[in-house]
Amino acid sequence: MNFVSESPELTQQLGMRLGRLAKLGDLFLLVGALGSGKTCLTQGIAWGLGIEGYATSPSFVVINQYQGRLPFYHIDLYRLERIEEVIELGLEDYLYGRGVCVVEWAEKGLEVLPKEHLLVEMGFLSDTRRGITFKPSGERYVEMLSELNVRERAKKWSLP
Amino acid sequence: MKLLGIETSCDETAAAVVQDGREILSNIISSQVDIHARYGGIVPEVASRQHLVTTIPIIEEAMAQTCWSDLDGIAVTIGPGLAGSLLVGVNIAKAIALAHGLPLLGINHLEGHIYANWLEGRTPDFPCICLIVSGGHTDLLVMRGHGDYLALGRTRDDAAGEAFDKVARILGLGYPGGPAIEQAALSGDSTLHRLPRAWLRGSDAFSFSGLKTAVLRLVEGKGGLGAADIAASFQEAVVDVLVTKTVEAAKRLGAKQILLGGGVVANRLLRQSMAQRSPLPVLCPSPTLCTDNAAMIACCGYFHLKAGKISGWDLDIAPNLRLP
Repeated sequence: MNFVSESPELTQQLGMRLGRLAKLGDLFLLVGALGSGKTCLTQGIAWGLGIEGYATSPSFVVINQYQGRLPFYHIDLYRLERIEEVIELGLEDYLYGRGVCVVEWAEKGLEVLPKEHLLVEMGFLSDTRRGITFKPSGERYVEMLSELNVRERAKKWSLP
Repeated sequence: MKLLGIETSCDETAAAVVQDGREILSNIISSQVDIHARYGGIVPEVASRQHLVTTIPIIEEAMAQTCWSDLDGIAVTIGPGLAGSLLVGVNIAKAIALAHGLPLLGINHLEGHIYANWLEGRTPDFPCICLIVSGGHTDLLVMRGHGDYLALGRTRDDAAGEAFDKVARILGLGYPGGPAIEQAALSGDSTLHRLPRAWLRGSDAFSFSGLKTAVLRLVEGKGGLGAADIAASFQEAVVDVLVTKTVEAAKRLGAKQILLGGGVVANRLLRQSMAQRSPLPVLCPSPTLCTDNAAMIACCGYFHLKAGKISGWDLDIAPNLRLP
């Protein structure tokens, strides 16, 4: 499923809709270059989970934890170079069912991250526009996207 | 009163002994920067293992001239920081405090950065506006008295120091980014490129993510040429936003002083611009006390001890701790 976001605010809104649909154990893997909107989308997901304020970049501490209607773990693999470093982080404590997880720079750890996830590819189109592609792996995420799609359509139909 | 401070929140292992929250008797810092430089940043597992190796020798060095029986307390950073690294410091501090029957004081690293200002022989006047800028934080707050803070704004995305690190990486200038950008900017022309500033009018919050993206686009367009000029423009954009918003808040809230703290305050342009553009006195620690150290933790611990804020043996780490 593809989206084009025309602004950081719209990227946040899309994230917020995902956050509202999220259930315990959900995993979002974000892939895309520096400045492609990964933190923006994550801020929206956090809002959708009922977390107040802005989810800030966890590049420095690698994991930020928040408590919304579900526990939320915001993970960033930006600093890591080798797959061993990703393994050493001990992410399984967070990834398997304890809350909702977003992993930024997930391309650095795809081999060792859970096989069932929603892959979100983010790309730069112009100064304000970003392309966002969702690739579901596993039934749960196919279901999530169809729900997102239904809501998107319902929203469009309700427009005058 | 003498306190031992222990700091292992990130990539520095540090221990210090401070008398009466003022006088530094020892201040030992072992940096892991060389170890992390090859990764372009801090690797958490590497950091915590290194702390395990270095913390005890660093404490012994800090205590070389002080008797354990002369100590009045142990202050240790509980957060914010890397969980594995914080655990090393907190557990060692607990063991020492328990063995010597000393009060244990869990300290917020951000509060420590503010208290570094007390180590320079000056007494800050309340209320003051504090700006803490480091690799993990960009926080603006009001300090109304000891331990009495009100948050005004913080970054909504990247911390200022993180932006320095990421931009240094984009420009191929190496790690740590702060000194690398500052050095490159010396030979650059900051007027050549006009980079965007996120003012976020009507709020005391900050945002540096857009600036980082603008640098990336600029570099892509130029094929990697003119790194010094871009570094100079970037540094100026960050400093402009930090100074303007801090001075604005200080005026609006009738503060008596501006206190700076955190690793980014080691940046000369930031220190100079703040001093020039602020109508109020600006206090900032010397560069070695801006970056992570344990003297600031011991100093902060002294004021906690005086206020009776002693931690229990169930003291835990708080990797995402905020101030207040």
